[in-house]
Amino acid sequence: MSAIDLTTPLEEAEREWEERTLEPALKRAPETKGRFTTVSLAPVERLYTPNSLPDFDYEAELGFPGEPPYTRGIHATGYRGRLWTMRQFAGFGSAFDTNKRFKYLLDHGQTGLSVAFDLPTLMGYDSDHPFSEGEVGKCGVAISSLADMEVLFDEIPLEQVTTSMTINAPASMIFAMFLGVAEKQGADWKRVGGTIQNDILKEYIAQKEWIYPPRPSMRLIVDTIEFCTNEVPRFNPISISGYHIREAGSTALQELAFTLRDGIEYVQYAIDRGMDVDDFAPRLSFFFNSHNDFFEEIAKYRAARRIWYKVMTERFGAKNPRSWALRFHTQTAGVSLTAQQPLNNIVRVAIQALAGVLGGTQSLHTDAYDEALALPSDEAALIALRTQQIIAHESGVANTVDPLGGSYFLEKLTRDMEDGAFEYFRKIDDFGGMIEAIEAGFPQREIHDASYEFQKAVEARDKVIVGVNDYVMKEEPADVNILQIDESVAELQSERLKKLRSKRDSARVEKTLSNLASGARAGENTMPLLLDCVRAYATLGEMCEALRPVFGEYQEPAF
Amino acid sequence: MSEERIRVLLAKPGLDGHDRGVKVIARALRDAGMEVIYTGLRQTPEQVVAAAVQEDVDAIGLSILSGAHMTLFPRVVELARQEGLGDVIIFGGGIIPDEDIPRLKELGVSELFTPGARMEDIIQFIRKNAHQAST
Repeated sequence: MSAIDLTTPLEEAEREWEERTLEPALKRAPETKGRFTTVSLAPVERLYTPNSLPDFDYEAELGFPGEPPYTRGIHATGYRGRLWTMRQFAGFGSAFDTNKRFKYLLDHGQTGLSVAFDLPTLMGYDSDHPFSEGEVGKCGVAISSLADMEVLFDEIPLEQVTTSMTINAPASMIFAMFLGVAEKQGADWKRVGGTIQNDILKEYIAQKEWIYPPRPSMRLIVDTIEFCTNEVPRFNPISISGYHIREAGSTALQELAFTLRDGIEYVQYAIDRGMDVDDFAPRLSFFFNSHNDFFEEIAKYRAARRIWYKVMTERFGAKNPRSWALRFHTQTAGVSLTAQQPLNNIVRVAIQALAGVLGGTQSLHTDAYDEALALPSDEAALIALRTQQIIAHESGVANTVDPLGGSYFLEKLTRDMEDGAFEYFRKIDDFGGMIEAIEAGFPQREIHDASYEFQKAVEARDKVIVGVNDYVMKEEPADVNILQIDESVAELQSERLKKLRSKRDSARVEKTLSNLASGARAGENTMPLLLDCVRAYATLGEMCEALRPVFGEYQEPAF
Repeated sequence: MSEERIRVLLAKPGLDGHDRGVKVIARALRDAGMEVIYTGLRQTPEQVVAAAVQEDVDAIGLSILSGAHMTLFPRVVELARQEGLGDVIIFGGGIIPDEDIPRLKELGVSELFTPGARMEDIIQFIRKNAHQAST
């Protein structure tokens, strides 16, 4: 007695192909590896066919662009109506130096600004703090007060150019300075657009630039979300970031899952504050990495949109379609760039950028080829921008919406990404939420394990990195003209801070800082209080310091 | 051949939070049988050297990817000398431009491992030099 045969004709046909054509081919010429994997070490099959996608439902899984579940993109016309924003991350030295670079990039066709701050600024220390020694202006621009911010945006009209700022622990202080400059320019806050990264969860998980413990940090973030919703409605108060999670060594799936689960945490905390999800969710933005594994990355972006749609509708009951559509920025993977044969990085960046575009990114930063060596030179920064322009205008990929949609391989990967992410959500929910998972060290351990496995795969030459573990050249043609930042920036900053402290109204500074501390203690929204501090030219360090006694400091648990 | 386990202090001086590399190295050294003490993030040179003294280590590995190496590496070397850790080898890793390497070696950093360095090479370097230092 035989069971009912459920094999479809196409499955039967594939089986016949295996016997007829594949097996003899494998006998003649075996494959080069037993197991093929993505850069995330996820297995990849030999061939994908409709058989790889059982029960595939076009309308439910893909739909049409601009409509749920947004797999094919959030705009009905893709890039035909408007290209992505070419937004190169830049910042080094003093505000004067970076202002010059911004103008250079805008003059060469860049369409938005993106500010990189130096480590002291990212950690909430003034340039003249002892901890800042050796770090001022090194990996970003040094900003200690409104006076520096005024220089940074000198002659850049904030109502016209949107500005993204990569700032997290002290995001609300820096945002207050930005709004202070807008005010001085006479720009209407209601018309000023841009983004602050303001994503502290990925700091605990990956990038490790924190000041306060998780819960008070979440409160500061919800303050900015609430403030923006009411006062600066075109500004994205948060950019929920997977970029750094990936750079820290996660897999593509972990990047996707942890980032979206961070997003869920922020939405939940804002709702717990009493906000209506549809009032703020349309302004949430995301930020992903683009690594070398082309299809895996594209699948990640497409899955991200589909998952977020489900999360917003099913988990949070959002009703506004603008709350459902996940918008994201992409940056090519700094970690994939090699110091060896650095010009090869131009090619890596091009492949990664193309993945971002085919994944439907809203904005894109392409890394400069010299970034494994130092900060980008003008020339390297320009080639990076030109790479985007070539993709946009010469490759033809922007002519049609989601050109890879329907690829069996891609749709299978997209499905796997989605399933894997929901599996991670379940695990994190079991901890009680992302903060609890972080406190238990869960995402940190997952990432650490993945990065160690990858490094082992590289050293075993299971993963080839051209110029590093294969195709190595004895004579390195590494005559790259790199940008070096000397200590004169630190001296200039110390000088400027000294002058500032002697010239400002110190009684007013004291008063605004003490109001900040007492208001924070009383549970007021901190944004208006910070704006008062900024207008009085209180420094970044002073504002962060004022809140330390209220909020405490984060200590990383040992894992 | 009996050998005492080599003790290595790995440290992240300065404000830099990039700890992917240092953690991978920590694990690789442990897997290679060494005793590894990792300081965690944001240690001042004074804290790093104090930890080296307290832990009685054979080697100190410093990781910086922020560009502050020319300030922080020499200070650790200097403080280590003052504390009488002359036989402790000090090595570094991170984004270190080629032109900074000779100067750092002159100042007493034994070796520098830049992007693309193999875990195996770092392990070999420590085995070879930590033994030389202790015999």
